[in-house]
Amino acid sequence: MSAVTDLAASAVEQVAAVLAGAEVEASVNNHRLSLTRFANSVIHQNVAEDSTTVRIQIHHGGRTASASATVADSSQLVALVARVSDAVRVAPLDPAWGGLTSPARPLDGPEPDVVIAPAERAAVVRAFVDGAQGLETAGYCRTNFWIGAFANAAGQLVGGRASEVGLSGIARNQGSDGVARHAPLRIADLDGAALGARAAAKARAAVDPIELPAGRYEVVLEPTAVADIVESLAGAGFNGKAVNEQRSFVRVGADQFDPSITLIDDPLAVGSTFDNEGTPRSRLTLVERGRTVALTHDRRTAAEAGATTTGHAFDSTFSWGPMARHLGLQPTGAADDVAADDGAADGVATEVEGPMADSSVAELVAGVQRGLLVTDFWYTRMLDPRTLAITGLTRNGVWLIENGQVTTPLRNFRFTQSYAQALMPGNVLGIGRTAMPIPGDTYTATSPRWSCPALHLASWNFTGGASG
Amino acid sequence: MSEFTAAETAVQAAIDAGARYADARVMHRRHEVMSARNGDVDSVSQTSDSGLGVRSMVGSGWGFFAVADLADSSVREAGRKAAEIAAASGLVGRGDSSLVPSEPVTGSWSSDCAIDPFEVALSVKGDMLVRATELMREHGADLAEAMCQSWETRKWFVSSEGHRIDQHIRESGAGIMATAIGDGETQRRSYPANRGQYRTRGWEFVEELDIVAHAARVGSEARQLLSAPVCPSGETTLILGSEQLALQIHESVGHAIELDRILGWEAAYAGTSWLDLAQLGSLKFGSELMNITVDPTIPGALGSFGYDDEGTPAAARDAVRNGIWVGVLAGRDSGAMAGLDYGGSVRADGWARLPMVRMTNVGLEPGPHTLDEIIAATDEGIYMETNRSWSIDDRRLNFQFGTEVGYEVKNGQLGRLVRNPTYTGIGPQFWSSMDMLSSEIIAWGTPNCGKGQPGQIGHTGHPAAPARFQNVRVGVRA
Repeated sequence: MSAVTDLAASAVEQVAAVLAGAEVEASVNNHRLSLTRFANSVIHQNVAEDSTTVRIQIHHGGRTASASATVADSSQLVALVARVSDAVRVAPLDPAWGGLTSPARPLDGPEPDVVIAPAERAAVVRAFVDGAQGLETAGYCRTNFWIGAFANAAGQLVGGRASEVGLSGIARNQGSDGVARHAPLRIADLDGAALGARAAAKARAAVDPIELPAGRYEVVLEPTAVADIVESLAGAGFNGKAVNEQRSFVRVGADQFDPSITLIDDPLAVGSTFDNEGTPRSRLTLVERGRTVALTHDRRTAAEAGATTTGHAFDSTFSWGPMARHLGLQPTGAADDVAADDGAADGVATEVEGPMADSSVAELVAGVQRGLLVTDFWYTRMLDPRTLAITGLTRNGVWLIENGQVTTPLRNFRFTQSYAQALMPGNVLGIGRTAMPIPGDTYTATSPRWSCPALHLASWNFTGGASG
Repeated sequence: MSEFTAAETAVQAAIDAGARYADARVMHRRHEVMSARNGDVDSVSQTSDSGLGVRSMVGSGWGFFAVADLADSSVREAGRKAAEIAAASGLVGRGDSSLVPSEPVTGSWSSDCAIDPFEVALSVKGDMLVRATELMREHGADLAEAMCQSWETRKWFVSSEGHRIDQHIRESGAGIMATAIGDGETQRRSYPANRGQYRTRGWEFVEELDIVAHAARVGSEARQLLSAPVCPSGETTLILGSEQLALQIHESVGHAIELDRILGWEAAYAGTSWLDLAQLGSLKFGSELMNITVDPTIPGALGSFGYDDEGTPAAARDAVRNGIWVGVLAGRDSGAMAGLDYGGSVRADGWARLPMVRMTNVGLEPGPHTLDEIIAATDEGIYMETNRSWSIDDRRLNFQFGTEVGYEVKNGQLGRLVRNPTYTGIGPQFWSSMDMLSSEIIAWGTPNCGKGQPGQIGHTGHPAAPARFQNVRVGVRA
């Protein structure tokens, strides 16, 4: 056993010694995050951390309490055990307790990368800056390593390791920005120069934008923008808690999406092999050819719904509920039994020039008589969860498409759009052939990643231009 | 090893490894959040963390390393690694870098706290939250939620320039939220604010909020909203309640005056700012009624402290005076780069995060009117209160907000309740249209301000009062 599995097992044993018969679970997570940020084409923030956190949850006498703490020595674990053991005695009754996970071995994840030195990250940044060929650049290069374990009083004891790297950067040109992102599992697969060149190509194609009037436009959304839709569906759509509370539009068994839409959650691709309740994870199809076929559950929401957990419990202060965090939209031509994202095969496209992310986007653009090419969405916020109505802005490049060609750079728009409506049957006119892994904004080795191809949609509701 | 000794050891290790400047913070933090839903406690979470973060400058490059283990060998290694990372920064570095001069400070500061929130029994908190959700359900809510949170932070700061500061900050707050579910839509009502209201105070502040006393009204109003007419669309006179105006200040003023954004340091993520340093002191940001201060000394406000995380003593400063932009939120490095002589607004979300420019208390000075007077002086318009959604562009210009409730205003009186109220605009145009401002200031607290990579959550305060704005576009819909 590793040090973290020993620590998890020890936490459960120490609670058992204090509260005989208690249902106990313990998670141990060691994160080693390093992140190098650059702006104005120089590194301005460069950070690293190494910390181990233990979380203990106890259900005893019908009451539940949980607590977590950074643990650097045995005395801190003893203090944590004492604190949560005391808390459960006075905690309120918890009739919705979902019970403990029975012993089950998870599948193995990919072999993680080694710990990476700060000079290696700086070299990737150097390559991105040079790849932008004189344009001002900003962004980050991050590396993550995680080792974790879970133990409970029912005998479940599992451990895992994972690594992740990511680069997200922009090139800036006379007030217009272009973006490139990539999140492979190993730094050897991170091509800083190609990403810098891609961001620069977009920025160069975006100068002197004009403003178009607000209104409904046909759109091609690049993978970076599609990631926002996928993330919103994961958080507010397929979330078992949101469905239980009738806050979600999702209904299992209903044909809610265009038949071209298949959505698969694949946490194994990044090495997230068990959830926060110790449940082994697996690939889970949520939408199959337009029909909603599953929700994401933890033990608590599953018990409430009369379902079984899907291994989507995660530690959240505010009980957001169980969410898919590695959701992918299947690209056109993907076989149903093939992972949407194997985490290593996708690189940075070099076969195209100009504003389009890759040849797959170019194929979708060729099918548009008049519409918009959108790179990125920004600051999206929910107006109503039942319709998944969301407002936000475009960012990092918008262009007019005319007769299958990108013709004119545009100023940013504000939109107010129901994401559910945008994907309804008949509204999806095309899906790209290749999916890109897009990094999420939390910084752990198993942090959210969205696997997204480009999308060609019949209509998007732009409700304002840059001037209001 | 004491916390001060650990910080001093890390700083010395960084200097020994070649740093020309270093500072370190040891922090112990506790956070407790309890929530209830539909008559039952939903969750109780207690977290604590301890550790040290050391920041060093080698040449012109910065490096930061954080570690939970405060043993001598561990903090020495942290200091050495911070210097190693700073040296790597120089591989893609700028030519020079400096800090706004700072006198070495030795000091100690604590926030006011009459009742320690961590000494209040969970059963007391649970009973309060459960009762509030029961009342909301009884009066119309389909989904009734209540939450209380408390934080305790102790920190010790040491720099290679001689700073030696300790602080003890306690924060508390609570809120309730009722959701009514209709045919294809939901409506929500909250008290005292979306996500609750928070202060740098103890449990006595939660008791003052008295969430149970407001639960029946909140549940009833959520239900009423389902049958209310939709907010009309068009351009009109807009009156905002103080809680919504607090978020308007946060998003369109507070973030816009962050100097790191203005300098482009956040360009790839949080964004930049429409403000240009060349216009500091002359740019018209809003009407003459607009006076915004940056003031971390306000007793009990959520953005208050004794010293920022670079050791600069808390001090009030003007950001907008009579509608003219005159000040920024700055740190010692960003201030020096901009040619300014002040910092003072740098904080970190815990020991494992790099200190960065953050809002403190950024808010309006009071105006000459009352909300009643503003409504009485308005022939036609919409009154909106309690934030429901927010979105703003990466330069902090183009915003759209939604609120939980709106009321038509006709002939100087509040009229019909309307649902799904939204408004949109451009920052300086919007603020220039403010023609009436109330004196009824409340220091609202925002406990969820996200910024930075890796992400940091900031606690900020925003004094605000009801105000009136002209020719605002309302009723934007999907």
